[in-house]
Amino acid sequence: MVTLDDYGDYEPAWCPGCGNFSLLKAVKQALVVSRLKPHEVLFVSGIGQAAKAPHYLNANVFNGLHGRSLPVATGAKLANPKLTVIVESGDGCNYGEGGNHFLAAIRRNIDVTLLVHNNQVYGLTKGQSSPTSAQGFVTKAQPEGAPSAPFNPIAVAVAMQAGFVARSFTGMIEHLSGLIQEAGAHRGFALIDVLQPCVSFNKVNTFAWYRKRCDPLPPAYDPTDWEAAMKVACQWGEKIPIGIIYRNDRLPFEEHFPVLREGPLVGRDVDRVLLKEIMEEYG
Amino acid sequence: MILNILIGGEAGQGLVTVGQILAKSLVRSGYSIVVTQSYQSRIRGGHNTFAIRVGTGDVIAPQEPVDLLVALDRDTVTLHRGEVTPDGLVVLDGAVGIDDDSVLKVPFKDLAQERVSNMVALGVVGPLLGLDEELMARTVDDFFGKKDASLAAENHRALAAGTGWAAAHATSRHRLPPASNTPQRLMMNGNEAIALGAISAGLRFHSFYPMTPSTSIGLTLAGQAKRMGLIIEQAEDEIAAINMAIGASFAGAPSMVGTSGGGFALMAEGVSLAAMTETPLVIVVAQRPGPATGLPTRTEQADLEFVLHAGHGEFPRAIFSPGTVEECFHLTRRALELAERYQGPTFVLTDQFLADSYRAVAPFGVENLDTVRAGTGAVKSSPYFRFAITESGVSPRLLSGITEHLVVADSDEHTEDGHITEDLSVRRQMVEKRLRKGEGMRAEVIAPEMEGEASPDLLLISWGSSKGAVQEAASRMRSKGEKVAALHFSQVWPLVPEQFMIHLESARQVVCIEGNATGQLARLIQRETGFQIKEKVRRYDGLPLTPEYIARELNQ
Repeated sequence: MVTLDDYGDYEPAWCPGCGNFSLLKAVKQALVVSRLKPHEVLFVSGIGQAAKAPHYLNANVFNGLHGRSLPVATGAKLANPKLTVIVESGDGCNYGEGGNHFLAAIRRNIDVTLLVHNNQVYGLTKGQSSPTSAQGFVTKAQPEGAPSAPFNPIAVAVAMQAGFVARSFTGMIEHLSGLIQEAGAHRGFALIDVLQPCVSFNKVNTFAWYRKRCDPLPPAYDPTDWEAAMKVACQWGEKIPIGIIYRNDRLPFEEHFPVLREGPLVGRDVDRVLLKEIMEEYG
Repeated sequence: MILNILIGGEAGQGLVTVGQILAKSLVRSGYSIVVTQSYQSRIRGGHNTFAIRVGTGDVIAPQEPVDLLVALDRDTVTLHRGEVTPDGLVVLDGAVGIDDDSVLKVPFKDLAQERVSNMVALGVVGPLLGLDEELMARTVDDFFGKKDASLAAENHRALAAGTGWAAAHATSRHRLPPASNTPQRLMMNGNEAIALGAISAGLRFHSFYPMTPSTSIGLTLAGQAKRMGLIIEQAEDEIAAINMAIGASFAGAPSMVGTSGGGFALMAEGVSLAAMTETPLVIVVAQRPGPATGLPTRTEQADLEFVLHAGHGEFPRAIFSPGTVEECFHLTRRALELAERYQGPTFVLTDQFLADSYRAVAPFGVENLDTVRAGTGAVKSSPYFRFAITESGVSPRLLSGITEHLVVADSDEHTEDGHITEDLSVRRQMVEKRLRKGEGMRAEVIAPEMEGEASPDLLLISWGSSKGAVQEAASRMRSKGEKVAALHFSQVWPLVPEQFMIHLESARQVVCIEGNATGQLARLIQRETGFQIKEKVRRYDGLPLTPEYIARELNQ
């Protein structure tokens, strides 16, 4: 029996009112409902306010470099496929610094859940525009407004036929927690783009702004219909669709490796008879 | 007897195939070889060479003068004729209009189709060297397999046509005496030995982004992945490659990455991450001339200072610099062992010359070698502290998901339990703990290898792939009655002055010989010991050091 207490209760170093608090709560809830024990879970994060999240619960943690959590998560999952691997980091970390790894993780379809804390701004470095900031978003670094168009992670992920693509909002904890459970149960790469207000540096995309727009997909929506999903993925404005936007059952990356059928790569012996044979082939 | 055979031609003419088959036939016949491959960064055309220095006794270095020049095109004759010794021979296409006593004009076109004229050339060279015809035919089969019967038959016909022609026209002055009965040996290049050494040590994970001259490490490992249960992943970039390997190693798979200078530049932040999170990782850097893209397919030893200093912050590391194919095997094993023992990054610093240099090596006795185990033993006390402060600086390393203990690692400064901290007294303790591991590494440094008598008139210092050239240069001078010794560093960091200062101080003159323009090892020795090596032999034209080059430079 796993309870919320198993995941501990810590005092995060986030601003009061930050969306990260709700996300942390939703993650813990999802793990408990999924009956995962803390030692069965590995959180990998990068750098940013979001990347601190794994420090505020009990689990295995690798808090690495800015933008590089997906490669670390990929390596760890391949070394020990029994681990439930969850990546938590922000929009800057995953879509900016780590953009190439985001694309590669989708292509691989590694069985990792990626939770992107997307607040459309850089928080830790105090308020510069992020890859998902709206064009024209005014910051001290972009005083005339951000000149670049925003990155649409959902559309990119659906276009690349990622295994599981979803969006949620920290103002809807039960919805978010349910999605995290489903993403974890999905075999293959799962993206949840989590909209969250930054109370200190984003005065445009506020809690009220998201609340007004976030619109759950209707029960009749079929997330396996790719063309319909592409249309939904491109919706952003007065209505922002949330829920599972697309999913498929592509083979997870780690299942391409027969060696992993015997379990983790940990503590294995070298087959010296085979190695001797290989050596003789150089003779 | 020692002969230097140079095969030259355009990319796409099957030059490397012929070179490999000839080299393997020589090794199977019991001879020693040192192969030097020089190629341009292109798929077709241009001018490439495959040189095999072969001998009945030990051969340890390349050689400049050519005894047998096998020209698959006209350029090869034009560019290399001047290197042929007075007794030497040029084997070339009869269609090329060159005619004198030192030339053996083979009518390639009459003997076989043009696409297999490389096999005709091989057929001609075999009898010149006195190689067994049947052994060569078998070696050809081993290379091409027997899958495509018509291709095999065509190759055999071309080989036999060359051999038959040679029987009627060839001289015997380059015939090698039979090799003394040596036990069976393997033909292997430096990168293959790195890959096989790693497998023998328990490597399970390798990620890489293709970059000459390191790529063949990944290819060799990929070729054995299924049989040996390895995961080899071609990453989206070098940054991903090193971070993936760190993730795999953190979770318990002994891991290694391979790259060259430019790719390693991208990995630098990852090196620092491995050090901070105390994650074992071997990084192989196969050097080529820089800066930037430089000469992508040539050789240089100019990244010693780069590898020594790569990664921000202060942390211990070990850098191995193999000088032979055997050292590639054993030092890669050692790099994996030390990475695990001291929980951090270790390096194997090789270069294009050694990466591509085939040698005859004795089998490595892989049955009796140790296997690296990820993680330390069980930890009974709870809670578990991944970064517990210890006297040696080495903390108990558990693996996520293997026990119920939670393993927490952070690129931020962290407390003993691995969580982020800004407690500045903890910071001090953690810096000191990490640096204490360097003391352990230092106690295990491989002493430089001294060859020749103590207190010489001249001491030649080398590191990495130039070992053979420097040792041979020294021995040639000794054979003329000079008192010359050679000191080779197969580990260039940490430097332990007590291991080598006696040799430097007791020599009348010390010369440091390096494949770079500024004398990086000499500068490092001075920094660490205060001993200034004034005389340097440097090479930075993209070619490997040779005994002749060294002799010329020393005479100036």
